[in-house]
Amino acid sequence: MQIDLFITCINDAMFPRTGQATVRLLERLGQTVRFNANQTCCGQMHLNTGYRDDALKLIRKFVDDYRDSEVVVMPSGSCAAMVRELYPEAAKWGGDQDLLREVEELAPRVFELSEFLVNKLGIDDVGAYYPHRVTYHPTCHAMRVLRVGDAPLKLLRNVRGMTLLELEGSEECCGFGGTFSVKNPDVSAAMLADKTRHILDTGAEVCTAGDNSCLLHIGGGLHRLRSGAGTVHLAEILASTEGEVFA
Amino acid sequence: MSNAEARLEMLTRINRAVSGVEAPALPAYPQGQRLEHEAMLHQFQDRIEDYRASFVRVPAAEVMEAVEAALAGAKRVLVPAGLHPDFLPSGLELLRDDPPLSHAGLDGAEAVVTGCAVAISETGTIILDHAPDQGRRALTLIPDLHICIIRAEQIVQSVLEGVQLVEASVQAGQPLTWISGGSATSDIELVRVEGVHGPRRLCVVVVDQIPVH
Amino acid sequence: MSGLHPAKPFPEAARDKVNQPQLRANLRKVTHTIREKRLRAVGELPHWEELRVLGEATKDASLANLSDRLLQLEASVKARGGQVHWARDAAEAREIVVRIAQAHQVDELIKVKSITSDEIELNAALQERGIHAIETDLAELIVQLSHDTPSHILVPAIHRNRAEIQALFNRELPGEGSLSDSPAELAGAARRYLRHKFLTTKMAVSGVNFAVAETGTVCVVESEGNGRMCLTLPEVLVSIMGVEKVLEKWEDLAVFMELLPRSSTAERMNPYTSFWSGVTPGDGPQEFHLILLDNGRTEVLADATGRQTLRCIRCSACLNVCPVYERTGGHAYGSVYPGPIGAILTPQLLGMADKNANTLPGASSLCGACFDACPVRINIPQVLIYLRGEVTAEKGVTAEALAMKTVGYAMSSGWRFEGALKLARVGQGPLVKGGEITSLPGLLGGWTQSRDLKAVPPQSFREWWKEREQGSE
Repeated sequence: MQIDLFITCINDAMFPRTGQATVRLLERLGQTVRFNANQTCCGQMHLNTGYRDDALKLIRKFVDDYRDSEVVVMPSGSCAAMVRELYPEAAKWGGDQDLLREVEELAPRVFELSEFLVNKLGIDDVGAYYPHRVTYHPTCHAMRVLRVGDAPLKLLRNVRGMTLLELEGSEECCGFGGTFSVKNPDVSAAMLADKTRHILDTGAEVCTAGDNSCLLHIGGGLHRLRSGAGTVHLAEILASTEGEVFA
Repeated sequence: MSNAEARLEMLTRINRAVSGVEAPALPAYPQGQRLEHEAMLHQFQDRIEDYRASFVRVPAAEVMEAVEAALAGAKRVLVPAGLHPDFLPSGLELLRDDPPLSHAGLDGAEAVVTGCAVAISETGTIILDHAPDQGRRALTLIPDLHICIIRAEQIVQSVLEGVQLVEASVQAGQPLTWISGGSATSDIELVRVEGVHGPRRLCVVVVDQIPVH
Repeated sequence: MSGLHPAKPFPEAARDKVNQPQLRANLRKVTHTIREKRLRAVGELPHWEELRVLGEATKDASLANLSDRLLQLEASVKARGGQVHWARDAAEAREIVVRIAQAHQVDELIKVKSITSDEIELNAALQERGIHAIETDLAELIVQLSHDTPSHILVPAIHRNRAEIQALFNRELPGEGSLSDSPAELAGAARRYLRHKFLTTKMAVSGVNFAVAETGTVCVVESEGNGRMCLTLPEVLVSIMGVEKVLEKWEDLAVFMELLPRSSTAERMNPYTSFWSGVTPGDGPQEFHLILLDNGRTEVLADATGRQTLRCIRCSACLNVCPVYERTGGHAYGSVYPGPIGAILTPQLLGMADKNANTLPGASSLCGACFDACPVRINIPQVLIYLRGEVTAEKGVTAEALAMKTVGYAMSSGWRFEGALKLARVGQGPLVKGGEITSLPGLLGGWTQSRDLKAVPPQSFREWWKEREQGSE
């Protein structure tokens, strides 16, 4: 399958290791990965903060960049959710019928990484090795918008050498919410405090998730606490083997 | 301020707001798994007891004994005009609502015994349509103990069936009271307290077969 | 707080609440308890999702023909001896109630919990005319006696613990003074206090959960029996309903009687529901008034995205699952409609120009738990995002808008983005300590209040990819 990798702006800028891991993983599974260098951002921050016109420009750009793709895979639940769930709404709000048609046509070919592996490729053991204590935070948009279900857990359970620890209150939001964390810092911090406490209670070395935006938030909280626990994107765990440790 | 003016303006605003909006077609009412009659009765009992109301199931010949036991010594008992007289034990001070009792008069009653229109097993709900065997609404509201006699064949499984069965009463202008257990509140620290303003005790007597009177 | 109007922007009001440990602990206990109970109640019905879809469609169908439904309701209520009043706004609705009370020369009336009456600030308006409205729902009574405001749709006094209620009742209820803090004993005191009122008060005011156009039937869903008392014993009854509460046919009610109790109190069915159509001769109030209230609802109805908000059946499931509500409580929302539903309903009813209400669509991390819990499938996160757009459009050019434009420009092509990243790496220099940023200036300072920020690494993914491509050639 010809996979177009949409790396997402935050991974591109802040988490290049996640992108590298995604490429390594997909290629190890025999897939061909392309990277369209004109890509930038899905427009989520703009739309969610209320800047519809700015978002629409980025949405049109995404459609231009991926119109002819067989599949578009992204290591981010919230960006995939943006494309699948909110692109059509944004097109309606903007009164752009042509765009609506195009995004509805494109949306079914857009996948978050774990659902792509498990549901589209039918793989739940990627041959990874990661000898650490890990706990998993299911991110809100992957869980409630994309409905990836237990796809990430299936993948994680098959990682050799790893101890997967159950996270209390796992389904509760970490409090990131994009600009929510800046505009409502007190509530966001209160949510984060509960999340980091639950993570530390598991005794895990690492908290993983399918979205680096949430992990940036959780990781920032864990770092501030000088807790010793850290965050690693799911792709980096799945890309790791005995020969090559990614994270 | 004029009611007609407000009415016209609101209707105009509404018509402008939804002009061109199509009503969606309603999907079929989803149905759960159907239970056999006996299983349904067990379900009803389970639900009633879950509300911490009391439940007994008796053959027709034993209704009177069941009512007597449920009264637990209460003597001043309200009785709607249409209630089957065979259901009532002797030795009671019966209060008939004919002519209608005052609120204070109703407040003097210790218990009320009624029938019902229909009951729903899935939710443990009794529906009163205030027919003559149930009386007007205040009768089943003011006394502290409500004993409700339900014929087994009045029990249906789903909320939808219950709603359908009382449609004729509603169309005829009758009020309805749906009762699911005794009155309750969880307003203080979410601690459930049974018995606030409505009858604090509800006793359900299910009768398997009823003689034709 | 009064009625719909928040006194402060949400972030500010939330800050005050988040930092109260006792309140946080109360809220956490309550929301988690109801959450788990609701999951059990809902899990019992394998066809729950289909019921939600039916509930959604039933409400949408009624809203699509709302004027027909209201006219039909008016006709059937009148045919059964009731009177119907139309109120464009809160002031008109209040005035109608006051006039009815004055016509009957009452100086006291009893009330069933009604958020709609709180929305129109009815009690204060009655008080000004010398008419005392007695709240009869236990929680509303607690709120009223303590001169407080409700903090939850379903359990309005959830922010008060038993010790506070014990002190309040001992002080305020006539003849009490030695009550313990047992909830049963406190509820018993409320029963004693209200019993006499129920039996002797001439007029009552209620809200409406549903109304059926075809039969003129109005319904109130409750638990304590105070509703039945108010709806049955007085001579005069006034019920106030938002226009969106109307359904077409009697059978349309069934699905809501399945959806509401399980979503609200997490029970299979609530203890009591009363249905009445106009006036029933010889049974209950012989004078019945139904007030149909607009108060901004037709504006909401006119908005294709916002319209779904009017499906709301006031169950409060969205409050109980909301991580933001759990930490702030209802008062932070500054409106009688708190939580996620309030965050979309309040600003729509007031309009986006309201400086405090227009911060409410921001009161969400968009986690989506509210949509999953909503029995009538209001896509609250989507409406929140939509309303944020309405708010920025209303505000026009701001520093934030300019920043967004700048970012948007940087994102308009791959090479511009690459250039921006290089600049960011240089720009962050003075802020970075050991690979992390611990203090940010200006708008972004909220982040570093309690978190560090990872610094931009030396090589971006696109630079790595380019290098790799060149290496493989």
